[in-house]
Amino acid sequence: MPDNSVTSQGALGAKKHADSADNADILHAEHPPYLRHHFNSTEQQADAASFAMWLFLLTEVMFFGGLFTAYLIYRNWYYPAFVAGSHQLNVVWGATNTVVLIFSSFTMAMGVWCAETRRRKGLVLCLTLTFILGLCFLGIKTIEYREKIEMHHVPGFHYSLQSFLDPASNPEVFKEYHDKPLALDMARHTEIYFSLYFLMTGMHALHMIIGIGILGFMIFRARAGAYTAGHVTFVENFGLYWHFVDIVWIYLFALLYLISRHQ
Amino acid sequence: MSEPHEHAHHIVGPGVYVAILFALLIGTALTVWASFLELGLWNPVIALAIATCKATLVVLFFMGVKYSKKLTKLTIFSGIFMFLVLISMTLSDYISRAWGSW
Repeated sequence: MPDNSVTSQGALGAKKHADSADNADILHAEHPPYLRHHFNSTEQQADAASFAMWLFLLTEVMFFGGLFTAYLIYRNWYYPAFVAGSHQLNVVWGATNTVVLIFSSFTMAMGVWCAETRRRKGLVLCLTLTFILGLCFLGIKTIEYREKIEMHHVPGFHYSLQSFLDPASNPEVFKEYHDKPLALDMARHTEIYFSLYFLMTGMHALHMIIGIGILGFMIFRARAGAYTAGHVTFVENFGLYWHFVDIVWIYLFALLYLISRHQ
Repeated sequence: MSEPHEHAHHIVGPGVYVAILFALLIGTALTVWASFLELGLWNPVIALAIATCKATLVVLFFMGVKYSKKLTKLTIFSGIFMFLVLISMTLSDYISRAWGSW
């Protein structure tokens, strides 16, 4: 198709040419600037982008799935150690963080709606709230990590078995669970619990940090009206990513904090 | 190009999102409450069942899969099915072996 010559000939020539060719829709002036030339329509372009995002998220499912599987296998093997390790976590912080992430997913979903309905101020507000809630999550996670460092529950040279060989030495946890002392070999396996705890929550936190970075970039661009002029693919796909990270936490909260409370 | 194509993009409204928000908060309260009960083997089962319900709500409504194309739905379903095959076969192998004294 002599596309370039058509546009350079001016409107009249272009119209005449297009009418004769009966394919006016391929004219450059008649499609939105964000439509790439290898797509037939904006719908097709949006579908392709969303499909690709889901393929990426499925690789993420497999990645976190491997960690979950490792956790379940080790929990099955060293069950008393995993129960004692889990009792060291604070359910209140875990539940608070779950609520924070659910609210951030809600504000992100509202942000996507604002972009789709072309509400620039609403979009900036929603993205900013999501950004702040993401930081809240990381702040609470930092408090929890700090507690683990102080208790010497971070795997490595300074790891301490005291909470597991002598549970009464940690009165706050002991008055709630009344754990019995573990034998030395089982107590040492609590280090595996905390290795997996830090690996899983750490990988999740890394995803949060990446997401918060992208959110900062999006707030900057949304203020300039980038996502409220019809092209919402970036906001929608980021929303998918953010909700996925929320889902991972929903499972992490259940597996790490909840399922071993009463054994 | 003029053939009528299906509504490619369904916009989910704030009402649905607010309803899902409350459902997720209730689910969180429920799962924390259930973890205080002494249910033995059922504790992890209930916790994971509630987590799966919450995840399903997020996928269907926040991620809009309920309103997406068949191709997307089928891809997600097959991906998750594959994941379940991998995890269940791995776990059944580890659990059913005669490990003896390790």
